Amino acid sequence: MSKDNKILEELTSKDYEHGWSVDLETDEAPIGLNEGIIRWISAKKEEPGWLLEWRLKAFNNWLTMTEPVWANVHYPKIDLQGLRYYSAPKKSNKPKSLDEIDPELLQIYERLGINLNEQKRLQGIAVDAVLDSVSVGTTFKETLSKLGIIFCSFSEAVHEHPELVKKYLGSVVPMTDNYYAALNSAVFSDGSFCYIPTGVRCPMELSTYFRINAANTGQFERTLIIADEGSYVSYLEGCTAPQRDENQLHAAVVEIYAAKNSEVKYSTVQNWYPGDKSGKGGIYNFVTKRGICAGDHSKISWTQVETGSAVTWKYPSCILKGDYSIGEFYSVAVTNNYQQADTGTKMIHIGKNTRSRIVSKGISAGRSQNSYRGQVQVMKRASNARNFSQCDSLLMGDRCGAHTFPYIDIQNPTAKVEHEATTSKIGEDQLFYCNQRGISTEDAVALIVNGYAKEVLNQLPMEFAVEAQKLLALTLEGSVG
Amino acid sequence: MLSIKNLHASIEGTPILRGINLEVKAGEVHAIMGPNGSGKSTLASVLAGREEYEVTEGEVVFQGKDLLELAPEDRAREGVFLAFQYPVEIPGVSTTNFLRTAVNQVREYRGLPALDAVKFLSVMKEKMKLVEIDQKLLSRSLNEGFSGGEKKRNEIFQMAMLEPTLSILDETDSGLDIDALRIVSHGVNTLKSDKTATIVVTHYQRLLDYIVPDYVHVLYNGRIVKSGTKELAMELEEKGYDWIKEEVNAASV
Repeated sequence: MSKDNKILEELTSKDYEHGWSVDLETDEAPIGLNEGIIRWISAKKEEPGWLLEWRLKAFNNWLTMTEPVWANVHYPKIDLQGLRYYSAPKKSNKPKSLDEIDPELLQIYERLGINLNEQKRLQGIAVDAVLDSVSVGTTFKETLSKLGIIFCSFSEAVHEHPELVKKYLGSVVPMTDNYYAALNSAVFSDGSFCYIPTGVRCPMELSTYFRINAANTGQFERTLIIADEGSYVSYLEGCTAPQRDENQLHAAVVEIYAAKNSEVKYSTVQNWYPGDKSGKGGIYNFVTKRGICAGDHSKISWTQVETGSAVTWKYPSCILKGDYSIGEFYSVAVTNNYQQADTGTKMIHIGKNTRSRIVSKGISAGRSQNSYRGQVQVMKRASNARNFSQCDSLLMGDRCGAHTFPYIDIQNPTAKVEHEATTSKIGEDQLFYCNQRGISTEDAVALIVNGYAKEVLNQLPMEFAVEAQKLLALTLEGSVG
Repeated sequence: MLSIKNLHASIEGTPILRGINLEVKAGEVHAIMGPNGSGKSTLASVLAGREEYEVTEGEVVFQGKDLLELAPEDRAREGVFLAFQYPVEIPGVSTTNFLRTAVNQVREYRGLPALDAVKFLSVMKEKMKLVEIDQKLLSRSLNEGFSGGEKKRNEIFQMAMLEPTLSILDETDSGLDIDALRIVSHGVNTLKSDKTATIVVTHYQRLLDYIVPDYVHVLYNGRIVKSGTKELAMELEEKGYDWIKEEVNAASV
């Protein structure tokens, strides 16, 4: 047996750190999915009629759709009728301020290292914490509101800022977009809402932390970010879930609207429970994320560090409609054990002189399968569009797979599209070299992997880059090859 | 310091080392010479703990410890350093970052506190002079796009940073021009002390003009077939290896 396999056999990855759950009294919808459930959710949230209608329309659309099967992932059919579509901690009913939040809920977040108490909070980061189906609290609301920035739960936005929600909801990801987006549109429960007014540069990182706690519950959150003219915001999303034997579905939608001269940076550190070493349990992460650079000279940048979930199906994309707009996608996707990831991006060049950049770094270990799927589309009027794509795959061991599916569709002859791809293996010679300098094998892997992913990790806000580095090392612990 | 007794090692079932005996004391420089394929680099790799090689017989004691029982990283932490013939590239990891990890893991093993960034940098600056290495090179990805000379100088720089007790230089002269050879040798000579020892593995005598050995051993077919002083190296340079092969083959008939 080679050294790779021997170490692989000896050490399997460390247990998932956030696998605990807390018994909370919950307010739940009955199991199952039908029009009644949607009305139930809408009523629970005391929603206006237009939103209920929107949901029902989405539901009726969804009924006519079929589950996508084109992704390079395999999993048993999900029984969508066996899920619960709403679960909320009972005591969280609309706390007026952070002081009113149930201490038990605060403790959940504290255990995750997120302090919702503003005195103890992380410097310069405002957090919206979402537990199961509802937002339990948002920090720094007042500081932000002085600048005209709206940062709150989606439900709150529906009540407080209906005109904005009505205008932008579904404008980037139409309810008919795909099977899971339609499902989300019908049953979404909460999420985060953010609006940056004209000319405002958001002074702190905005962040949403998603946590699934309840069993047998799907999480369907929705995030809407609107950057008005000349504004800037950096947004971060984090997520964890308890360790459960059954699979749980997470089908979120994120929409970003960037007006003229604005810039939105959206970073994700995805750490949903990946299932155990034999592939049992874990989150199905079927997410639709899309931004539109609607105005000229606008920019949307996606950065993702994907380490969790049993199955990931996710393509944060940019519609480059404004002239001179810029779309970026930086991704590190790590899969270990039996994880499967099919992730990438779509860059749709509509405006003139639009530019996009794709840097995807896949890391596969164990028996996992890791696919990059990307589409670069240059439309007829997108003169002088530029794209650069780089897709690298790193393999650890000899039982995992790395796949690349790049699609390019050019309808304008002035386009310049570059694609580079590499596949490499962490070599025994690299490990031995590190060992010979006194570095342990585990640390050597962390060093090599972080070096490999550096270009992407550098895009993360400082506070999270360190976390992401640790997470990479943790996910791959014991998977040396 | 180092005592090798009857060392046998093979790779994928093929024996390469067939009974090496070697004693190295502190303060000494030993040169291991020999024709291609004689087992020189294998000896260096086995001492450093490369896993592809299976030790089938014999023992290696380093400062009273059974070296063969130790993992490669622990051998390094105990003070064994190998300057690689072909240094490995690690993209995205700067030499500085790499070495800081290494130095602090070695220090931790030896019960010393970690060096903070400032202290580390000042030590680094000091050692950089030794091999005339530029700081810009050290902030680039380790060995990536380095010239042959830069790679070898970087090896000696790492040696200076890690302060080993036993340094093994595996064909450090290969691919070096005369200036680089001088710089590298100067580094090695400066690092020598009466507490450390050096094993120089080389095919050519050239390097030994700069790093003068106390003993020269000729390795052939996995055994040390002749030992002597630096004059032996001169003789090999002049006459080649054939006469040694003939001597050995005649004796075995």
